[in-house]
Amino acid sequence: MAEAHAPTAHAQHAPQGFIRKYIFSLDHKVIGKQYYFLALFSVFVGLLLSILMRWHLVWPDAHIPLLDKLSPVGAPGGLMTPEYYLSLMTMHGTIMIFFVLTTAPQSGFGNYFLPIQIGAEDMAFPRLNMLSFWVTLAALLTLLSSFFVSDGPPLAGWTAYPPLSAVGSVSGPGEGLGQDLWVISIALFCVGALLGALNFIATTLELRTRGMKLMRLPLTCWAWFITAIVGLLSFAVLFAAGVLLLLDRVGGTSFFVPAGLIVSDKILSNHSGGSPLLYQHLFWFFGHPEVYIAILPGMGITSHILSCFSRKPIFGYRAMTYSLMAIGFLSFTVWGHHMFVSGMSPYTAFAFSVMTMAIGVPSAIKTFNWLGTLWGGRLRLTTAMLFSIGFVSLFVSGGLSGLFLAQPPVDVNLHATYFVVGHFHLVMGVAAIFAMFGGTFYWFPKMFGRMMNETLGKIHFWLTFVGVYAIFMPMHYLGVEGNVRRYSTFIDDFMQPLLPVHKFMSIWAFIVGGAQLIFIFNLFWSMFKGEKAGINPWESTSLEWTVPSPPPHDNFAGKIPVVYHGPYEYGVPGAEKDYIMQDSPEVVAESH
Amino acid sequence: MALAVALVVTLITLISVGIFVAKVYWFPVDISTHGAAMDHQFLLTLIICGVIFVAAQLGLAYFVWRYRDKGDGRKATYSHGNNKLEATWTIAAAIVFIGLNFLGYNIWAKMHFTGAAPGALKIQVQAQQFAFYFRYPGPDGEFGPTHLEKVDDAIGNFFGLDRAHDQASKDDIVTATLGIPVNRPVELILRSQDVEHSFFVRELRMQQDIVPGMEIPIHFTATEEALKHNGGRYEIVCTQLCGLGHYKMRAFLQVMTEQDYEKWLQTQAAAQ
Repeated sequence: MAEAHAPTAHAQHAPQGFIRKYIFSLDHKVIGKQYYFLALFSVFVGLLLSILMRWHLVWPDAHIPLLDKLSPVGAPGGLMTPEYYLSLMTMHGTIMIFFVLTTAPQSGFGNYFLPIQIGAEDMAFPRLNMLSFWVTLAALLTLLSSFFVSDGPPLAGWTAYPPLSAVGSVSGPGEGLGQDLWVISIALFCVGALLGALNFIATTLELRTRGMKLMRLPLTCWAWFITAIVGLLSFAVLFAAGVLLLLDRVGGTSFFVPAGLIVSDKILSNHSGGSPLLYQHLFWFFGHPEVYIAILPGMGITSHILSCFSRKPIFGYRAMTYSLMAIGFLSFTVWGHHMFVSGMSPYTAFAFSVMTMAIGVPSAIKTFNWLGTLWGGRLRLTTAMLFSIGFVSLFVSGGLSGLFLAQPPVDVNLHATYFVVGHFHLVMGVAAIFAMFGGTFYWFPKMFGRMMNETLGKIHFWLTFVGVYAIFMPMHYLGVEGNVRRYSTFIDDFMQPLLPVHKFMSIWAFIVGGAQLIFIFNLFWSMFKGEKAGINPWESTSLEWTVPSPPPHDNFAGKIPVVYHGPYEYGVPGAEKDYIMQDSPEVVAESH
Repeated sequence: MALAVALVVTLITLISVGIFVAKVYWFPVDISTHGAAMDHQFLLTLIICGVIFVAAQLGLAYFVWRYRDKGDGRKATYSHGNNKLEATWTIAAAIVFIGLNFLGYNIWAKMHFTGAAPGALKIQVQAQQFAFYFRYPGPDGEFGPTHLEKVDDAIGNFFGLDRAHDQASKDDIVTATLGIPVNRPVELILRSQDVEHSFFVRELRMQQDIVPGMEIPIHFTATEEALKHNGGRYEIVCTQLCGLGHYKMRAFLQVMTEQDYEKWLQTQAAAQ
């Protein structure tokens, strides 16, 4: 296959005009950077929102500087209203999940490095690639514009359950134009994600260079490939759910709204026959695979970095690829575990529960194999490596709390509490972010031709690593106490003794938030002032480390790389160096 | 650096587990007949996850320290893995995870696969932005029909009853507190007037979403334990995001002796 479809050799020159070179670029590397910076901007917006929320939760009477300028209605005099809190929470979740976790690891790094790692000169469909970025940007701008509408941003959460999200402003502030914009933004995002997924699948299958057999793909490429398949199958369903929700809101339909509702003392006579649970099924049919869309690329990146800096082949390459496939497949069979207490049939709850426990098995295989990779290695503790080690630690912690939530009789008492918030932030939020940090430190030299500062990187790592545990581990304890999530203020008697824990978490949230400025400084400072990077500063084996930093417009300057080895030939006995590049014709008896 | 990673990961692990072991934060008292089995399943999961957590984190910490590059020219072990080990931990993980799940099967089945005991006290629960109301069928044991157009919060007709015309509605008792007798099976019928809500009482080990357009039955029995704490009074909170007042949507569950319950119900009936 790979041989038959190897790209033809001809050097491609970069377009000269600024607009075609940097704005409407067809170059996957530029588009990858565009996605990366879109996610970087988004993550800081999302982070700021979370800091505002943490402030309000513990000091509800303290004025937040400048907030009243941003929203005189949502925060009169700098004091946040309950509805504005929920809006910030909704926007935080939506921005982080879609525009950060789905965007940076897959569309950002994937766009930049998938073609180079498989030895191609670009993605399969460059125009589609450009289009998917611009649609995603339009989705982000649509979402952010809801901050500025008179009714305020939506407040129905990132899950936007109807009828709250479906009946319009009659159900309260934030549910007017803001919610419309939210639905339109998500639908647009789905279009961008679908186009991107098609492109990733076609590129991986069709554009591998000579000798790049499937079983020689770096695990990053496997992860991007499987994530793309999962995305293709799940975003299509979310798109449908979004369109139906929009029709319920503006088209007078009743897909999700039943008859006989009285909202704000008004009988809603224009709706009948809809099912709120139908929406939940559609949403989570996307929503659970989405968790893996966020984390699979991170798993690929972490595997890649751990092997490189352990100077040792990845432990169980085949098991790693099969477990990625198993996770991808099983991710479509577990959505009901979000709905154990939703009112769906309790019999199906048990089936979903068994499948959810089953998906823990490939996740466990990956963890064992990461530990197996470290075992017997010669660990170089660079910042990229530290973040990858952090990823493993966080993935274990957050993954294990999932075993509680996967069991209906245990979930009953933890559902909708901070236990869930702690769980998913650790396992898919922070772990995925750690993979992005790891990926940034690892690939920055290739992307920008300079090295990032390791000292600043390590300070940033330590503050973030300790900080995220200090924020998200206590949430598990709060959840066991029954502390309900999505409350703007804790007025219930039983929550009063828990407020000091919230203060502790908020203070750490401010520290971790501040620590990210170190990263930003390091990122931009290094772009211009960092030490010049060579072709292969980390002594890695994959193809991106065979081309100049940054790579030329067509990646391989018109040459066709030929691949002779698997991607993780480190520490091969008898080899000339400590590692064998994938395109090195060196023959060593023991290499695979 | 390797030592620092090892120490910090170890410290985080020990503190995280220590707080659970010392039960610094724990479930509140259990006042239901089904709760003990749930708490047991939680504890069992905690022990299993705790062991895996400690083993994985300490393994990570140890490996980072043990296999750090000391600059002594030692080469890494060249190994692509071990199929036997791979198969062993796959099978072990599958047995532990799925087995654990099956152990909890009975608890769920008892809660959901059988209905309430015959003769259970039936109470309707209505959720709306941002309050809970409760309806008892009265001496005739029947809930009167509800009429959308009669719903009027201002005069306290939350359910839309037509007491003048509907015989079955005449003796219905509507309250703002959920009063129940101890040791008697109770069946709640959950319904919502507007958007999604949820019914959560920590001490009852009971959480169920309330979905507009559906009537969802749940059943439980409060034990004597309920009378021993907080004067039998427990918070019912909404756990499904329902709008700006979500955080303050709550009511109280009042567990009483059979006699106190009858007296309370009479007082409530008189106030209709």
